[in-house]
Amino acid sequence: MIRTVFILVVFLLFSFSVNASDPLEKGEHKSWGFLGPFGTYNKSSLQRGLQVYTEVCSSCHSLKYIAYRNLSDLGYNKEEIKAFSENFTVTDGPNDDGEMFERPGRPSDHFVSPYPNVNAAKAANGGAYPPDLSLITKARGGGADYLYSLLIGYKEAPDSIKVLEGTYYNKYYNGNLIAMPQPLYDDGVVYADGTKANIEQMAADVTEFLSWAAEPEMEERKRTGIAAIAFLLIMAVLSFMAKQQIWANLKKKQA
Amino acid sequence: MKNSPPESQFKNPIINWIDTRLPIFTAMNETVGTEHPTPKNLNYWWNFGSLAGVVLVIMIITGIALAMNYTAHVDHAFDSVERIMRDVNGGWLIRYIHMNGASFFFIVVYIHMARNLYYGSYKAPRELLWILGVVIYLLMMATAFLGYTLPWGQMSFWGATVITNFFSVIPFVGEPIVSWLLGGYTVDNPTLNRFYALHYLLPFVIAGVILLHIVALHRFGSNNPLGIDIKSDKDMIPFHPYYTIKDFFGLSVFLAIFCVFVFFVPNILGHPDNYVPADPLSTPAHIVPEWYLSPFYAILRAVPDKLLGVLAMFGAIGILFILPWLDRSPVRSAHFRPMYKVFYWLFIINMLALGYLGVQNPEGIYLILGRTCTAWYFIHFLIVIPLLNVIEIPKALPKSISDPIFSSGSSEMGATTPRGQK
Amino acid sequence: MSKEKSRRDFIVIASYSMGAVGTGAAVWPIIDQMNPAADTLAMSSTEVNIGALEIGQALTVKWRGKPVFIRRRTETEIYDSRKVSLDSLRDPQADEDRVQKDEWLVVMGVCTHLGCVPLGQKVGDGKGDYGGWFCPCHGSHYDASGRIRKGPAPQNLEIPPYSFISDNVLKIG
Repeated sequence: MIRTVFILVVFLLFSFSVNASDPLEKGEHKSWGFLGPFGTYNKSSLQRGLQVYTEVCSSCHSLKYIAYRNLSDLGYNKEEIKAFSENFTVTDGPNDDGEMFERPGRPSDHFVSPYPNVNAAKAANGGAYPPDLSLITKARGGGADYLYSLLIGYKEAPDSIKVLEGTYYNKYYNGNLIAMPQPLYDDGVVYADGTKANIEQMAADVTEFLSWAAEPEMEERKRTGIAAIAFLLIMAVLSFMAKQQIWANLKKKQA
Repeated sequence: MKNSPPESQFKNPIINWIDTRLPIFTAMNETVGTEHPTPKNLNYWWNFGSLAGVVLVIMIITGIALAMNYTAHVDHAFDSVERIMRDVNGGWLIRYIHMNGASFFFIVVYIHMARNLYYGSYKAPRELLWILGVVIYLLMMATAFLGYTLPWGQMSFWGATVITNFFSVIPFVGEPIVSWLLGGYTVDNPTLNRFYALHYLLPFVIAGVILLHIVALHRFGSNNPLGIDIKSDKDMIPFHPYYTIKDFFGLSVFLAIFCVFVFFVPNILGHPDNYVPADPLSTPAHIVPEWYLSPFYAILRAVPDKLLGVLAMFGAIGILFILPWLDRSPVRSAHFRPMYKVFYWLFIINMLALGYLGVQNPEGIYLILGRTCTAWYFIHFLIVIPLLNVIEIPKALPKSISDPIFSSGSSEMGATTPRGQK
Repeated sequence: MSKEKSRRDFIVIASYSMGAVGTGAAVWPIIDQMNPAADTLAMSSTEVNIGALEIGQALTVKWRGKPVFIRRRTETEIYDSRKVSLDSLRDPQADEDRVQKDEWLVVMGVCTHLGCVPLGQKVGDGKGDYGGWFCPCHGSHYDASGRIRKGPAPQNLEIPPYSFISDNVLKIG
């Protein structure tokens, strides 16, 4: 029995270390409300994060897997979403004349990208492609902590590091020289709900928003998980009792 | 009809009518039912065969559901997977079950193989049963590799590039074979399409080989923790109801653990780079296969020469086929083989080490350890095992499995050495 | 002894029953994933600007993958549609019941026989014998209210759900 437990523990420990981690300076760690088996997203933070994305990040970064209608998760109703989507211009077509045309966005549209394609994005940003942010917290080993650290990691470069033209020093980026200029500044955004918009606040809000963007199903997933595991544990207990009962029969016959 | 076979004897007239003409119910009874005598001393390590079967069924069902929504084209594959995750009803659940199911399929099969190695289930007369198992294992690795390319993330693309490049080591015909596999000069749309077709096909080939595996199993029946042949009927019990309920209990526990991964840490066994769309012009910093292929990746990278490295990697799997002839000790179970037991656990630790090393950078201490563990892998099979056949003195075997009746019925690794014997 | 046996039977039955329930719960997502996905449902309504349509003109739009015929009818077309006796119709329906505003007829452009798209929307198209639409596949004739008058089609052209968001904008679906 002990050996079994030992093997299970070794396996579990092993399974959590399988990914080769880059030797990066340990970033900031925040106790995000959405972590853990009972985690949920903070809707106010999500709404502020949407504002940061829209006003700061969307000039270079697309969010193509999110549709405007998905914003109902943030607590917006149909009218608010419709009004929001109409702020953006979508290229549609071809029309009956064979031409592409522009029209205001609709809830069913996906977030409009700042550039028509990857090459245009690279060309406008010195050859570096500003990645789409829909999956960014799943696409980076450190997840939300990494994203948050990066956004607040624009510090004064130490003398030992030469900052090349077209790059910027970031404490938490691998190699320390990142092509993205500092995106967040104190009071860069005026929050609709009046929260003070310092760098840490904006970084935390946009990180919460992008965590949701990468995993909008998270709350349902965890709820379902608790139900499924509870069901299976009950079933395990019952079937173990059944097994003991059936096998007791056998031991009796042996005696 | 003088020589017509007798009618079946089922109580239900409909079942009886069907069974007389197509004896599927009789077959069920004789494989997993009341008419399948099974050793009475099997422990929980014997659950993992049926568990593997259940996981295969889960993979096929979720796979077909995914196939209804997936698009196998380089411009749409990644997007179609995101559509499954976000828009398809329950799509995220089906995807995460399939993704983690692959890992759990390998976990179950590895434990199953570990059981076979410990209890000598690969020995005569079960050599072919073991070989069929290794064939299933190979097919699983191929299926998993093919499936991993389908989301068309960075690891999908670059893993496919690395693995298809293996075949370029073959002298003379290597390059033509590689471009034949790829359908072009690099991994691209033709490659993705054919990998999709093959990924859909292979699980059904696996199912067919599993059928043969079960037929081979039932020829001589299950091995047991003591490793001795069972002579008397009183040492056998019907599979149903004893092992059906035990397998059902084991399945519940397994599914509970599986659900922890699917619902709470669904991406922990995967690699974040695969959430970045494939970019043929940008190689990720560390190309690593999924964890279950990792030990063989370690072996590949331990050998400095490209051709020898590929041969070592395939050789490591190939060696499994000849194990029944490397290990001819007539004693099956490690319980009665004290020296083999030590080397068995050393082998397991070595495999875990190789697995860990396969995802590290092959430099410095990791390279040294990688080479040591690779060498030990081959030494274990080619030197230690045959040597043990000569020098090991096994413990005395019990006469029957009913002998050690005071074994406290523990569900541990079988009974201990019987008292009253040396 | 029999009390124990029935307790054992109960636990065994309870376990396997939970297994059956669990399997059913697990199978549901597999079936549900075939239902229309969120993005498909999101495309389920279309807004159309009809401001440019003159009297007597027609417009075809796509809704849920199928054509919708919008016709701005003339006085004559409205009058002719209303003077028909309902008894003579295969699928009796009054014109008043088929429109929200008399001038604007909105019908699915799918023949109720076997699904072809009837002719009559474009300027050069023949409109059939009743001034509406003509289906070339098997010769069904529809009138200016979209009702079947001659030919094999069993029913009138279907009226999709629609509403006027404003005088110039129609929302279909």
